[in-house]
Amino acid sequence: MGLLDKQFNNSNVIITSMDNLLNWARLSSMWPMQFGLACCAIEMMATGASHYDLDRFGIFFRASPRQTDVMIVAGTVTLKMATRIKKLYDQMAEPRYVLSMGSCANCGGPYWEHGYHVLKGVDRVIPVDVYVPGCPPRPEALLEGIMKLQEKIRSESLVKKTA
Amino acid sequence: MTPQEISDKLKQKFPDAILEIKIEGVVDPYIKISPSNLKDIALYLRDDPDFQFDFLMCLSGMDYTKGTLGVVYNIFSMKKKHKVNLKVDVPKDKAEVPSIASVWPAANWHEREAYDLIGVKFLDHPDMRRILMPDDWDGHPLQKDYKVPEYYQGMKVPY
Amino acid sequence: MTEIITPPIKSSIGRTVRTEEMLLNMGPQHPSMHGVLRLELVIDGEIVVDVVPQIGYLHRCFEKHAESMTNYQQVVPYVDRMDYCAAMNMDFGYVIAVEKLLGIKVPERVEYIRVIMAELQRIASHLIAAGTYGLDIGAWTPFLYMFRDRERILDLYEMTCGARLLYNYMWVGGVSHDLPPGFIDKAKDFCKYFRPKIEEYNNLLSFNEIFIKRTANVGVLPADVAIAYGVSGPVLRGSGVNFDLRRDDLYSIYNRFEWEPQIGKGEMGTVGDCWDRYIVRIREMEQSINIVEQALNQIPDGDVASAIPKRIRPNPGDVYARTESARGELGFYVVSDGSGKPFRVKGRSPCFVHLSVLPEISRGSMIADMIAIAGSLDIVLGEVDR
Repeated sequence: MGLLDKQFNNSNVIITSMDNLLNWARLSSMWPMQFGLACCAIEMMATGASHYDLDRFGIFFRASPRQTDVMIVAGTVTLKMATRIKKLYDQMAEPRYVLSMGSCANCGGPYWEHGYHVLKGVDRVIPVDVYVPGCPPRPEALLEGIMKLQEKIRSESLVKKTA
Repeated sequence: MTPQEISDKLKQKFPDAILEIKIEGVVDPYIKISPSNLKDIALYLRDDPDFQFDFLMCLSGMDYTKGTLGVVYNIFSMKKKHKVNLKVDVPKDKAEVPSIASVWPAANWHEREAYDLIGVKFLDHPDMRRILMPDDWDGHPLQKDYKVPEYYQGMKVPY
Repeated sequence: MTEIITPPIKSSIGRTVRTEEMLLNMGPQHPSMHGVLRLELVIDGEIVVDVVPQIGYLHRCFEKHAESMTNYQQVVPYVDRMDYCAAMNMDFGYVIAVEKLLGIKVPERVEYIRVIMAELQRIASHLIAAGTYGLDIGAWTPFLYMFRDRERILDLYEMTCGARLLYNYMWVGGVSHDLPPGFIDKAKDFCKYFRPKIEEYNNLLSFNEIFIKRTANVGVLPADVAIAYGVSGPVLRGSGVNFDLRRDDLYSIYNRFEWEPQIGKGEMGTVGDCWDRYIVRIREMEQSINIVEQALNQIPDGDVASAIPKRIRPNPGDVYARTESARGELGFYVVSDGSGKPFRVKGRSPCFVHLSVLPEISRGSMIADMIAIAGSLDIVLGEVDR
């Protein structure tokens, strides 16, 4: 930065890299899909409501997959629902992220053994970025998962591929 | 009316259809009837002024193993505040029971569920389709000898 | 499916315009569908000709799990997950069924704890119901108010058993933990805090002109249709039928408290419309507070684990036990074959039945009213699909 230091008199110029700018914009306005599946959806609603207040992270629930960046898979994914989730994921615009909330979406949860109609983990149909464990996870745990996702977005780059 | 009075009156009207009456020694008394008379008995229970059973509480499909399926009806009267439990047994290879959806509309979805999960077929039902499982699913999962399929539409089912 | 033939419309240029019905899918991902419900609407313009609810998107095989567990107690967590908005009421229904099968009587203190928990849960569940109903109709603020107060109830649960949503608190023959020290005072504080809030909800939502216009005279469910379809709980009482299982098919100790079942009277429109169903829930919260307060004052001392059986092994037989959950008649049909695990458990869920009456009451309404009708039935898909 040495060459450009102290070259601007107005303080309204910020110098940053393109990566930083894009990542900052993406991580501070993640719009998840308003889409609950089961028990975890109630905790997701509680997180969005007055007590935990997701809005302070710039997170608003959007009803249409076309307008969303993040899909929070909150609850048990059944085989009947899995094809619909895949379709919804395909409808989202890139870059898109998936947060798997709760044990059921992670691995089948309490239904892993005898659940003949439960998909054992949503990662069998769509790629997942962050897993939040718990049955159901507390709102704090969901917030932590969202912050982990922000961390992940912060390290992304346009040129070099990150895992 | 007490369970004894209900079963006596029913026995008088349908002497051949009542297969078994159990009142003593069980938690819930029940009456076992033959499936062919089910609809007449249901109509009689609903319309007789002494019974007035207007509220179907529950309808459960059963797999008793050994090749027998069954349906259990728990019926209640809102006006008289009495209950009756009916049971129907059918062989698994010919599991057909007359539908009572025209007597109590509540039975409509319950019967669809019993068909879906247990495999009892209800005759004259207005809409005999699967209700919970996908339409292209094989088998009836609550039967005791049910085997979970390995794949469904390319998705692995067991863990 | 009924076929409605609309007469051809003459357009301004003299040609006849043929109109036809259209099939519209609502859900499984829809912002106001309360989970993963799919409604197939047959519509003629804006008018709903027929509705076919498609369920099963959350079928989690509860009944298979109940048969596959190693004992009766292990079913309780799965029962919790059936109706996740009112998990305590679900536990209550299941343990009452198993206790009836076993023929055990639980200690006095346990009865009181269960009633307190179940009634608090009823309030929490009705808060979700009313809050999301406002959300469906387009009112965002009441939702925030109601979730604020619901958090206080969850705090009480958290100090009792450590969980916020799914508790596994009621066990066959007892409860998992005794009430922690300070619970009774905190619960009394909550009652004092909560009573004036109901007035606030009424001012904010119930008697709001827009809300009344959206819900009154919409989706009228006559009493005889309700009974024929097996509808129960607040939906049945909204249709003006004075029937509450807590009073009319007594279980636990509900006869020791003074309270009144609330029924819809058609104050804003017709008896059995959406507004009636909604207001019954709001007024029931007040009654639940009454019960909780009385129970908190009367609760005796005692051991909560003394009646928990070491091994649950009922005699062969079956039982159908029903309780009044937050949504209506919750029945469990439990069959024992004499072994240590249930032979069959069938959950009779109120929402499943309520959803089957939806086509009956929404034919001929507008699409926008569909949302109001579906929301007023207060369905939880975990319980519909099990």
